[in-house]
Amino acid sequence: MPQSPMSVEELKRMAATIRCDIIEMVHIAGSGHPGGSLSATDIVTALYFRVMRVDPKNPDWPDRDRFILSKGHACPVWYAALAERGYYDKSHLGTLRQLNSILQGHADMLKTPGVDMTVGSLGQGFSAGLGMALSGKLRKKDYHVWVVIGDGEMQEGAVWEAAMAGAKWKLDNLTTILDLNGLQNDDFVDDIMPIHPVPDKWRAFNWHVIEIDGHNMDEVVSALETAKTIKDKPTIIVAHTVKGKGVSFMENVAAWHGQAPTVEQMDQALAEICQQVGR
Amino acid sequence: MATGMDRLETSVYHHVRPEIISALAANLDDPFAEVEKQPTRYAYAEAIIELGERNPDVVVLDADVAKSIKTHEFAQRFPERSFNFGIAEQNMMAAAAGMATTGLIPYASTYAVFATMRALDQVRNSIHYPGLNVKIAASHGGITPGPDGVTHQAQEDLSIMRSIANSTVIAGADSPSTKLAVWAAAEWDGPVYLSFTRDPVPFLFDLDYPFEIGKAVTIREGTDATIIANRDIVCQSLIAAERLARKGVSVRVIDCHTVKPLDVETILQAAEETGAIVTGESNVINGGLGSAVAEVLVENFPIPMKRIGVRDVFAESGPYLEVIKKYGVSSEHIVDAVEEVVARKG
Repeated sequence: MPQSPMSVEELKRMAATIRCDIIEMVHIAGSGHPGGSLSATDIVTALYFRVMRVDPKNPDWPDRDRFILSKGHACPVWYAALAERGYYDKSHLGTLRQLNSILQGHADMLKTPGVDMTVGSLGQGFSAGLGMALSGKLRKKDYHVWVVIGDGEMQEGAVWEAAMAGAKWKLDNLTTILDLNGLQNDDFVDDIMPIHPVPDKWRAFNWHVIEIDGHNMDEVVSALETAKTIKDKPTIIVAHTVKGKGVSFMENVAAWHGQAPTVEQMDQALAEICQQVGR
Repeated sequence: MATGMDRLETSVYHHVRPEIISALAANLDDPFAEVEKQPTRYAYAEAIIELGERNPDVVVLDADVAKSIKTHEFAQRFPERSFNFGIAEQNMMAAAAGMATTGLIPYASTYAVFATMRALDQVRNSIHYPGLNVKIAASHGGITPGPDGVTHQAQEDLSIMRSIANSTVIAGADSPSTKLAVWAAAEWDGPVYLSFTRDPVPFLFDLDYPFEIGKAVTIREGTDATIIANRDIVCQSLIAAERLARKGVSVRVIDCHTVKPLDVETILQAAEETGAIVTGESNVINGGLGSAVAEVLVENFPIPMKRIGVRDVFAESGPYLEVIKKYGVSSEHIVDAVEEVVARKG
């Protein structure tokens, strides 16, 4: 199946590559969501290149770990990771959001190899992951289900329906990673509809909570590995992240939630990302 | 009774129980007062246990109305395959989608208002868009929950579900045909929406009923007009047809349990052979069975037609039979509509 798990240093370089892919594909598409893709990049990279049990040549393998990017608008990070991992050729990245592409504006499980759930309407991927975890328990499978949700997504009521259910059924085969980047489409999360205190809320819903810097690859890897060992309750990794991470002019700017960079912006962004990993 | 049977042409019926035919012969004011009746939601609850015995992939999801639908009996029989999500239909529907991705066949059970309206986003985006193998088992379809009132009367359920791509929409007329629908849904690859009645309806058929998804069944022969109905209005249509027979009007009755995919062939055959059509449903007239049939006729074979359904109004609480009478979908309204379209044939 898999290539051997990457070291932390290798993961950092792969994350940079994926960030470059994101910038390029959103630029070519002319629309899309770079900010929330860049904030989730380190998490998604660690999952696909180190933590998850997957086989890119056999994307429907019944015993694979499942991954769902419930914040589906950030699918550029998912598409880039899948391409880099070998699920499909990287040439597809240039077709994002175009007619006849396998890469829809929000991820479609029927079109994209490796996409385990169709997402886009916030909150639903989280519930779908819960359903996959319930199936795993019922059938005594040892796969793990990984779901990335956004902090704006926490405003969806159905997220809390799923949070209650995850604790009720003691789904220790379900780990959620909260990409806590502090911004949503319209503005800062704190201004639109405050969600804090985040860890306390999840603890109150009987989840195991791990808090990390979502851009520190050591912490990301360690938290993901720890989550697999927690028993009798689901885990949420509250990952403090920066929206637009890695591109100076995108960081913490709400406008980059859903906007494509120009050629000049793309060139600057790619240069900055390369510089960070010494390329 | 004997007099009635003499008058009645029993040979015009197909698949209809003799008790029903006798009842229609005896008394047309309230012919089904004494016949065996059951809410079709209970037929679902019975059928799903049998299905669970046969198929280990079948799981039942509930949203705190398991005791109303009686799926708690499945939960007692198969506790490990029963999941009660509490009052959280949105989570239940998307979780059902997730379960279906792993090969399970979830029957997600709730009331039709919640299945088709509160959780519609999940039903559309997580179930139908990816075409996942989830069966939506919805009780209290149409205005069949008479006493519960408007918040629990899903008078739009068929319209809403019919508008969604990849949908299959079924509303069985009685308990035996509903059981057959529940079983057929398990063999159907993809989402199926099943609409059940909250209030009791007569056992019209037996389990040898030729139920097939997408195939309407002619249950009464006739030559002057055709009534195409589903769910609880099929039995009203049989009463209407018999009343019309006594006035010398020969009416065909079709149980169009599957609203989508629609049995265009059977509908067009009825249109050509009888020349006038009335549809009957306890759904709104917008977008449900009546609309579906009208679309077929207008594009293929325009003939006099009238839709019986709820007309741009919310109903209210009341005994079921009184509610359908007040809101225009009972046998009397069907009789008037048939007379109107027959007159228009010219």
